[in-house]
Amino acid sequence: MSNYLYILWIPLLPLATFVVLGLFGRKYFAKTAGIISTASLLTSTLLSFVAAKQYFFVDGKVNGIYQKIIALKYTWLQFSPNVSIDMGVIVDPISVMMLIVVTSVSLMVHVFSLGYMKGEERFATYYAFLSLFTFSMLGLILSVNIFQVYMFWELVGVSSFLLIGYYFNKPSAVAASKKAFIVTRFADLGFLIGIMIIGFYGGTLDIGVLIQKLTSAQSPEFLSMTSASFLGASMLTWGLTLIFMGGAGKSAMFPLHIWLPDAMEGPTPVSALIHAATMVVAGVYLVARLFPIFSMDEAALIIVTYVGAFSALLAAIIACTQTDIKRVLAYSTMSQIGYMMFALGISKNGGEAGLGFMASMFHLFTHAFFKSLLFLGAGSVIHMVHSNEMKDMGGLRKLMPITHIAFLIACLAIAGIPPFAGFFSKEEILTAAFHENKLIYGVALFTAALTSFYMFRLYFNIFWSKEAPAKAHSASHDHAHDDAHNHGEGTWTMKLPLLILAACAVGVGFIPFSQFITSDGAALETHINMVFSIAPVALSIIAILLSASFYKNHNTKSDKAVAFFGGFYRAAYKKFYVDELYLFITKKIVFPLIGQPIAWADRNIVDGFMLLLANTTAKISSAIKGLQSGKVQNYALFFFGGVLALSVLFIYIWK
Amino acid sequence: MNEIPLTHILFLSTALFFIGMYGLFTRRNLITMLMSIELMLNSVNINFVAFNKYLFPDKLDGLFFSLFIITIAAAEAAVAIAIIINLYRSHQSIDVDDATEMKF
Repeated sequence: MSNYLYILWIPLLPLATFVVLGLFGRKYFAKTAGIISTASLLTSTLLSFVAAKQYFFVDGKVNGIYQKIIALKYTWLQFSPNVSIDMGVIVDPISVMMLIVVTSVSLMVHVFSLGYMKGEERFATYYAFLSLFTFSMLGLILSVNIFQVYMFWELVGVSSFLLIGYYFNKPSAVAASKKAFIVTRFADLGFLIGIMIIGFYGGTLDIGVLIQKLTSAQSPEFLSMTSASFLGASMLTWGLTLIFMGGAGKSAMFPLHIWLPDAMEGPTPVSALIHAATMVVAGVYLVARLFPIFSMDEAALIIVTYVGAFSALLAAIIACTQTDIKRVLAYSTMSQIGYMMFALGISKNGGEAGLGFMASMFHLFTHAFFKSLLFLGAGSVIHMVHSNEMKDMGGLRKLMPITHIAFLIACLAIAGIPPFAGFFSKEEILTAAFHENKLIYGVALFTAALTSFYMFRLYFNIFWSKEAPAKAHSASHDHAHDDAHNHGEGTWTMKLPLLILAACAVGVGFIPFSQFITSDGAALETHINMVFSIAPVALSIIAILLSASFYKNHNTKSDKAVAFFGGFYRAAYKKFYVDELYLFITKKIVFPLIGQPIAWADRNIVDGFMLLLANTTAKISSAIKGLQSGKVQNYALFFFGGVLALSVLFIYIWK
Repeated sequence: MNEIPLTHILFLSTALFFIGMYGLFTRRNLITMLMSIELMLNSVNINFVAFNKYLFPDKLDGLFFSLFIITIAAAEAAVAIAIIINLYRSHQSIDVDDATEMKF
């Protein structure tokens, strides 16, 4: 077994960058922060590729099975001989894959931001936050202990909060960051309880040991956990469901998805990094990491499946109606993550039936590239027209040829048109769904068609629709460029990531993914069945054509469709009133019925008792403070008096 | 030879003690107060020695106590005089009524 210790440097370099830029950035590196941060991340990225090459091609495989390697484990807090919080580095197929995804997408975003964020006042702070985020995400990936996962999970949440609220003088950004933080925090509460349940019954927090203990149906831990039940479900189901709740919060699954669209208030490259490619798949990663345990519990998997499928469908419907291009992308992200979730949910552990697991990871991998490409492309467009609204765009294909091509590739990839990356992974998911659950397959197919429709609605609205506009400049823009200059597509630092990611969006689908990443580590034979692919691809093409007929040239067909759907359209446009429902629950039920009585009790009973103590003490002390006269002889007199009294007491009374 | 009775000695030491106490409460001069304290300490010494002699003639505990007290009284005098000197430096006086800052 060779040494993987150098993997430790992959998260530590961004951490070092964060510390340096966070402490000294604004003073000393105001201009060079981007370069420093990018260089450090480039090193991390190269190390990740070295690690991937070593793991996948040199020594990860033993007897045809990829091993889980614990490269480092340091016991940090020992609670009992079995239970401890460890810090460590795990090397296995999914963690290595995620290393590649996170570092390369993050690198692209760093490079893109060099152009996009140029001239920002808090440029160094921005890069410090980006580095913090990258560090937390990498730490999360490499965790060996479920509590380590939890800590990095929270760090990821914090850095997401900081980046969404980057424009802190914009009230909507502040509200969005608060919303994201509170919603994910609420979900994390479930995660924490889930960890405690699993840790209590499993007797350990170490992921490897937990999997080992809870996957054998005869082990005492497994038996005690499945026999103990609460409200009709076994503790295993409860634990896993609560952990999944944490994952659903981060991955924006219904009904905890409400923060993701608002999170688009952050700078667009941040949306590409956090809210499309990396952080939001943390939930998927968490389920995948604990997948052997999930696969032991039918009920938890069913929850994962249906939450995923429902979120995929719901988000796709909402995405068809939104007009803010970043919101469309946000809902599309939610939809694609729904895909990954239900692919996990329908999977079994190991062998042929583990196709769903592999497909989910594959989709995670390809999605990271084409979705970050979409976001960076949208960033480019927003940089150009200074607006997020579709109506301010149109006919941009001549003005931004590179962005146009890259965006088109990404749209084709997400629509699942061969030979682009999304086709392969989506095909695997559909195949897995077809074999396991026909209902889910139907939902997935319909969602795939919707996906093509709304992506090309976006594409045509941005790049076609109207003739090239005379420079459109709207008042609502995303960044601090005060001069309305006629820049082209942006600097080469903005074009280069688009080109690289476009190449990835074309190319990564050809990676024989099932050879490397499967639920049990053994290679899985997959084959794209041409006949099977006809249905989804044909549906996607029909959806694209429909979209083209609606939006390619300005016409009234789309308005007619809107009129046709009527109330349903309005409901989807209003995101099915989920936000309003949340507001109703919090403002009308939680605040007056729970919050205010507790606040009253706090003000009057808790505070009242403390005030009583303080007031009594103050009164008594002011009454007797005259005794402190400062005269030595007075003190001596009291002393003698006291001694005398005590003597009398002891001699005559307490004989 | 007629032995002096214990009560005489106790009377002496009690008188000495209350003289010291009177001095401590009435004098305002720190040196005088220190001297009064010495008086009180010595009255205790006398008690120790007397009781040792009259009640436990074959033991020496009382003598040892008084030796200890003498030693500690010396140390205490040194400390007290040091304090007095410092007080004089800061207040230009060794009158206790001039040093009443340590009040509420």
